[in-house]
Amino acid sequence: MSLLEIRNLHAEVDGNEILKGIDLTINPGEVHSIMGPNGSGKSTLAQVLSRREAYHVTEGEVLFNGKNLLEMKPEEAAREGVFLAFQYPVEIPGIGNAYFLRSALNAIRTHRGEEELDAMDFIPFYREKMNLLEMDERLMSRSVNEGFSGGEKKRNEILQMAVLEPRLAILDETDSGLDIDALRIVAQGVNAMRSPDRSMLVVTHYQRLLNYIVPDFVHVLVDGRIVRSGGKELAFELEDKGYGGIENAPVTATPVRV
Amino acid sequence: MAQVAQLDTYLAAFTDFARDTAGSPEWLRDLRNSAFARFSSTGFPTLRDEDWRFTSLAPLTRTPFRLARGSAHPFTVSDLVQWRMEGAAARLVFVDGRLEPALSNWAALPRGVTVNGLAKEIAAQPHTLATHFGRYLDIDRDPFAALNTAFAEDGAYIHISRGVVLEQPIHLLFVSTAGSSPAMTHPRNLIVVEDEGQATIIEDYVSHGDSTPAFSNAVTELVAGGSANVQHIMIEREHLQTFNFSTLRIEQARSANVASHSLLLGGALVRNNVHPVLHGQGGECMINGLFIGSARQHLDNYMLVEHASPHCASRQFYNGILDQQAHGVFHGRIVVHKDAQKTDAKQTNRNLLLNDDAQIDTKPQLEIYADDVKCTHGATIGQIEENALFYLRSRGLGEMEARRLLLEAFAGECIERMKPGAAREYTESIVFERLLSVANSVSSAKSGASGQRERNWEEVG
Repeated sequence: MSLLEIRNLHAEVDGNEILKGIDLTINPGEVHSIMGPNGSGKSTLAQVLSRREAYHVTEGEVLFNGKNLLEMKPEEAAREGVFLAFQYPVEIPGIGNAYFLRSALNAIRTHRGEEELDAMDFIPFYREKMNLLEMDERLMSRSVNEGFSGGEKKRNEILQMAVLEPRLAILDETDSGLDIDALRIVAQGVNAMRSPDRSMLVVTHYQRLLNYIVPDFVHVLVDGRIVRSGGKELAFELEDKGYGGIENAPVTATPVRV
Repeated sequence: MAQVAQLDTYLAAFTDFARDTAGSPEWLRDLRNSAFARFSSTGFPTLRDEDWRFTSLAPLTRTPFRLARGSAHPFTVSDLVQWRMEGAAARLVFVDGRLEPALSNWAALPRGVTVNGLAKEIAAQPHTLATHFGRYLDIDRDPFAALNTAFAEDGAYIHISRGVVLEQPIHLLFVSTAGSSPAMTHPRNLIVVEDEGQATIIEDYVSHGDSTPAFSNAVTELVAGGSANVQHIMIEREHLQTFNFSTLRIEQARSANVASHSLLLGGALVRNNVHPVLHGQGGECMINGLFIGSARQHLDNYMLVEHASPHCASRQFYNGILDQQAHGVFHGRIVVHKDAQKTDAKQTNRNLLLNDDAQIDTKPQLEIYADDVKCTHGATIGQIEENALFYLRSRGLGEMEARRLLLEAFAGECIERMKPGAAREYTESIVFERLLSVANSVSSAKSGASGQRERNWEEVG
């Protein structure tokens, strides 16, 4: 069974239709990339899938692991295994990183019928993941994202993903604003999480990220519709021709696995 | 008209009270008489008074209160368990304004620390008390201070001798019990900390029994000697039919360091006045506050900080959380007198409105008569950030839990300004319990506005 099944998805924000009929199927273990110019609806798709309330679905359906995702609240989707790495991670003064993440993990574990982790069990696990992302351990006791550099914020997103171990990870422009070293570390963290039962949806504006996180499929989103789908070579074609060169090309009906 | 009729009931109460307390020392009887005369001549303030422009006293002046004389509601030691503070050096329990020695405990205090009921202390030391009692409070400025002085009889008396450091807090618990008719109490506290002394005092206002309207009008005079270090905590958490008025008058000598923490959580119509005067050089004063209102609560925070000497620093930090139709007021005034050069004063008020019907009036005032000072003030009004809420929820935290965490973080700023220890732990648990009920009611009612509205201003003077 596919992990994510999007059929004819239409969505609007403040009365403006942004998504105009998206169809997309993601199977377990696959990494899909969505590319597209500014304003094409990439981030909207990510927000809809993580169930942000300001985005209204007007048509279509989305099945996650066979369940109706569009009926879920953000926390329900998260507990079912949807994770969004934010394009702009939010600073939350007064709530400690470790405390926050342990609370989140325990909410998910409780949902799965697993026992909660106490601080004694959690901290070594958390520390191990921090080392993987080459993060300063002092950030552990600071407030969520407060005073973090741009690169630290993005790494913190991937750290949260590594701790929460989602079924579907949506990376919303995780590469933007990163220097090449930070990009390498982030990609390494993401690649370490690739597994046959975890899928990823990598939303990006630039092809650069895909050199590090190599997708199985690439989809081009223009004006709320997927206009091309293909393998990773499609990303290189975009690099050469730009989005303008792609828009008028015929739509490939079935993506081909590379 | 209502006000005139109302003053008659206070006159009747005062006449009875004066007769019952005819045995008091002469200086005290004189003080009460002049205070009542003062109150009679002004009556209660109205919205036309600049210091009261955001707070209507109509519901208070409409209600006839009798003077509480002894507990109206059966009250036992087992009722106290819910308000027990771990790690206190002493606990004084006042039921309807009167000390209950059987419920109190002040046996284990170190040398140099005196804790007593004010009435007992007046009886035992009728003359020494006059050195400080009523010397700092300005009954001409505030009719409630005059009214309290007119009816002053019992409360807490605390004396810390020179150089004595009391680590554990002193817990003063004021319980108002429900009677068959509305009653008023006028607790009066005197706290004297001599040079280099150190103490933490908690005034804790609670209700017991049914919700008959009650009027509590407390005054505390706090005298901090040279280099004394005093932390004062006031917690108002009475039921929603209560009128709670309180004044903390702080007198600071050279290099004294005083922190006042006011937590307004309960009550219907609440006004807390904090009035420090930095009289000696090099003094430091922090006035920290948190007010959390829901239903139709009205919580008014008024402070007047007087810098009367050079090289003093004062800080005011007030955070407000207002839900449903609650109304909050922050009215902070800093006066820097002519000789108070090198004053460093800062005033900050931050507010979260959780509902479109909640309201905050914030009014900072700076009056500076010296020419070499640094004074800043600022206020913000906002809502729970939708972004932050979504971020937390997107990680699996439930909506209520996410709201609770954000509210705790906001309130936590105030708690963190308290010294770590028993008093802070006690206060924190009370605040978090209050926040839990707010987080619950907000997520079920859901505030209509999802858009970000934030207003703020910052000025440097």
